[in-house]
Amino acid sequence: MAGLGSACLLVGLLTALYAAGASVYGARAGSRAAVASGRRAIYCVAGLMVTATVVLQSAFLRSDFSFQLVAEGSSTDTPTFYKFTAMWATQDGSLLLWALLMSLFSSAVLFATRRSLRDIAPWATAVLALVAGFFLLLMVAWENPFTTLASPPAEGAGLNPLLRHPAMMIHPPMLYTGYVGFSIPFAFAIGALIVRQTGADWIRATRRFALIAWTFLAAGIMLGALWSYAELGWGGYWAWDPVENASLMPWLVGTAFIHSIMVQEKRGMLKVWNVSLIVATFVLALLGTFLVRSGILDSIHAFGASTIGKQFLTFIAIAILGSTALIVSRLDDLRSRAKLDSLMSREAFFLVNNLVLVGLCVVIFWGTFFPLISEALSGEEASVGPPWFNRVTTPLALVLVALAAIGPMVPWRRASRSGLMRSFRLPISVMAVTLVALVAFTDSADSPPALVMFCFVALVLTVVAQELARGTAARRTIAGDPWPRALGQLIARNRRRYGGYLVHAGIAVLFLGVAASSAFDQQTDVRLSPGESFEAGGYDITYVRPTAEVGRDTSGTGAPIVFGAVLRARRGDAVQTLHPSRNFYPSQNAEAGPIGRFFEGEATSEVDVRWGLRRDLWTAVRPDIAELEPAIREADAKFADAGDDVQAIVIAAIVERYREQAPPASFRAIDSPLVSWIWIGGAIMILGALIAIWPSPEARMRRVTSIYAAKLGKELSSA
Amino acid sequence: MDPRRKRKLRLFVALSAAVLLAGALVYTSFSASTQAKEPSDLLAAAEPGRSYELTGKVVDDSVDRDGERLTFRIRDRDGRESLPVTYSGVVPDPFREGREVIVSGELKQGTFVAERDSLITKCPSKFTKDEQSA
Amino acid sequence: MEYGLAVVVLLALVAVVVLRPLVLGVGDEGGDSATREELEAAKEAKYREIRDAQLDLEMGKLSKEDHRAVDRELRAEAIEILKRIDEIDAPAERSSEA
Repeated sequence: MAGLGSACLLVGLLTALYAAGASVYGARAGSRAAVASGRRAIYCVAGLMVTATVVLQSAFLRSDFSFQLVAEGSSTDTPTFYKFTAMWATQDGSLLLWALLMSLFSSAVLFATRRSLRDIAPWATAVLALVAGFFLLLMVAWENPFTTLASPPAEGAGLNPLLRHPAMMIHPPMLYTGYVGFSIPFAFAIGALIVRQTGADWIRATRRFALIAWTFLAAGIMLGALWSYAELGWGGYWAWDPVENASLMPWLVGTAFIHSIMVQEKRGMLKVWNVSLIVATFVLALLGTFLVRSGILDSIHAFGASTIGKQFLTFIAIAILGSTALIVSRLDDLRSRAKLDSLMSREAFFLVNNLVLVGLCVVIFWGTFFPLISEALSGEEASVGPPWFNRVTTPLALVLVALAAIGPMVPWRRASRSGLMRSFRLPISVMAVTLVALVAFTDSADSPPALVMFCFVALVLTVVAQELARGTAARRTIAGDPWPRALGQLIARNRRRYGGYLVHAGIAVLFLGVAASSAFDQQTDVRLSPGESFEAGGYDITYVRPTAEVGRDTSGTGAPIVFGAVLRARRGDAVQTLHPSRNFYPSQNAEAGPIGRFFEGEATSEVDVRWGLRRDLWTAVRPDIAELEPAIREADAKFADAGDDVQAIVIAAIVERYREQAPPASFRAIDSPLVSWIWIGGAIMILGALIAIWPSPEARMRRVTSIYAAKLGKELSSA
Repeated sequence: MDPRRKRKLRLFVALSAAVLLAGALVYTSFSASTQAKEPSDLLAAAEPGRSYELTGKVVDDSVDRDGERLTFRIRDRDGRESLPVTYSGVVPDPFREGREVIVSGELKQGTFVAERDSLITKCPSKFTKDEQSA
Repeated sequence: MEYGLAVVVLLALVAVVVLRPLVLGVGDEGGDSATREELEAAKEAKYREIRDAQLDLEMGKLSKEDHRAVDRELRAEAIEILKRIDEIDAPAERSSEA
């Protein structure tokens, strides 16, 4: 079976190259047959990738350890869900995932545009084929997921325990869908530039792909943050880690792109911006994929730590140089006839929006690559940490939220003073009241940036509510519907606009959570024996007793040994019980003793969080098993040759000793205000995006357009 | 002011602002950065009282836990020179002998005294996040 | 062995799919329909803009004068697009009448 998989890759690579060649030939020679052939070749690549994926997944599900990937990343006792998702926990498998998604998306867009964009589509096909071909080349030549082992092991290594969480397994496909999705408008932008058709056609054809990509990328980033908060033992959701930043940067520039294209669609402006933004998004998506895989920033001296680092960099360099040269050579075709009339116009605000988002991206890029930059500039390798990142991104984030409030209120071309006053009277009043209330009744003023953010959030939410209210009122005057129906109809008939407003509301709520939890959280680290108490924020927490379990992993990850604690937390009258714990997985190290290896392997923190709308109580425990060491070593010596069932009894006895002896354990507790609103805000964002993406039913459009056609027809005849 | 001059003025203001902000960015990053050093670097030339980021691998059999305090030795990634480290605070999940770590602190009389909670362990797998402490 | 065989079989399958248009030729409506689809998309976009402007007027975001100006301009642009669509349809109608 592995042979079939490898064959799919090789044939896929050859087919992709053919697709590129046939499309370019068809474009230059005007042969529509060649163009059609190239398009069909892309469909074939998609089919081959599906076949290859099926082969690999079936190997995982069958626990076929002759496949190197399965032997390294799975085991017979790995839960089925994690067997299925283990494919993309490895480098090779994730390359296949990229190629699969790339070819499927390419097929979708080429099928949708098979009768239109006759000049652009062939070149776009070639670009898409070359990108897919790159990933296929990586697999065929260097990182083949279908590598087989001459002597397959009896049991696999199993999935890294840290990855055994549903969010962590959906995270990569979501990110990759985002990266691949943005490749589609990129390819069509390149095509449009080559044939000098720089109108809005390429945008209209790929807009939905850009939105879908944006949505998936946002969801992937949020899942990563959620995983960090709920699974890792430090209690934060964002660490400005290079890997996190790698996914955030294309998202920021992608956000700028989906806004900026509106200006080109409406007024034919910002064309240079748009092609540059999509090129930047695509390049950053590649860079993001590369950063996670290469280790270039983790261990800076191992530049080629990954076998495919240099290839990625070469491809990225070609993409940057080629695209830039193309844009520069087409500058004349990208000039717009229309000019910016006024700074108080929607166009101007979108321009500022571009600048802020690109600025954020530049700042994050600088900080992420600072070790390399500083080494190049000063010979000394230095790095900047979260405090620096927070300091430089906060002002930009504040401006961004303010823009999200003001932008939708400013009309195109030029805003009239009276119009602006009418639009902003209520939001500004609400913001002022909010400011006064926060200063008077809370200690928000202790953190000025948080206070400003809260006010801007109030502004955004009022603006969105006002838009919904006014629109609904307008619909009621026209159609006489009751409130709920009018609201529903309003949103359904103007999905792009109101979906977008909902996204803005979601982002505001998200920043509300971020500002409150980062400025006002209270973290306490202590070391306690059972019976002792400590204070964390407004909570009074008591370490009631230790817990120790063998063979009963409530988190569902298959950990044989779980040490934990029972905590009682009191706040006012409310009392809650929490059970943070730590999963211990057996070590694969052959040198560890038969008993000892169960205590020396990976250990993950299972935090216990009490979610709440006003605050979260986050707790983690780090049991100290040092006192068990003598017993473990003694057991290793005495029971080295004993059977499995005897060893199991011994292990259970040692585990029980932890419960009896109850050595002090380290605890971390965090009182985090409003942090759940981050996840709620994220969900609102995704919902809004889905509304904006959802296509309107054809019938409704035709009914409306026929009315307009009649009106226009009248004008035509009278003109 | 005629439109063309107004546009040129806007462009000038925008570019100047960009240059100023870029300058601020560069300045703050260099002044807020910590230098990453390996034990051999510090053994050769370390300024007393200066905070560094020490990076390297945990030496086998050197880890000792005494209640809150953790002591271990760090060695060069590809070498033999090593330094003793004393640390207190959160120990990340993947911390183990032989793993690569980064810890911030100062070199005091031959021992690297680490800042609280500054220990970061790199995950061995290529595909997991490594940041474990705040 | 399995690998080599699979490569040959897959290449053959791909070739069948991919060579079809080259062998049988691409017979379809012609370039006009492609342009027509693009014009249709542009028309729908223009109609959406007209409706958006209407909604802005109803919500009070645009004053009556502003709306009149914008609406007139948008409708003129829409008429242009409709004319271009007509030009593509007209020869077809004429030939069907003949």
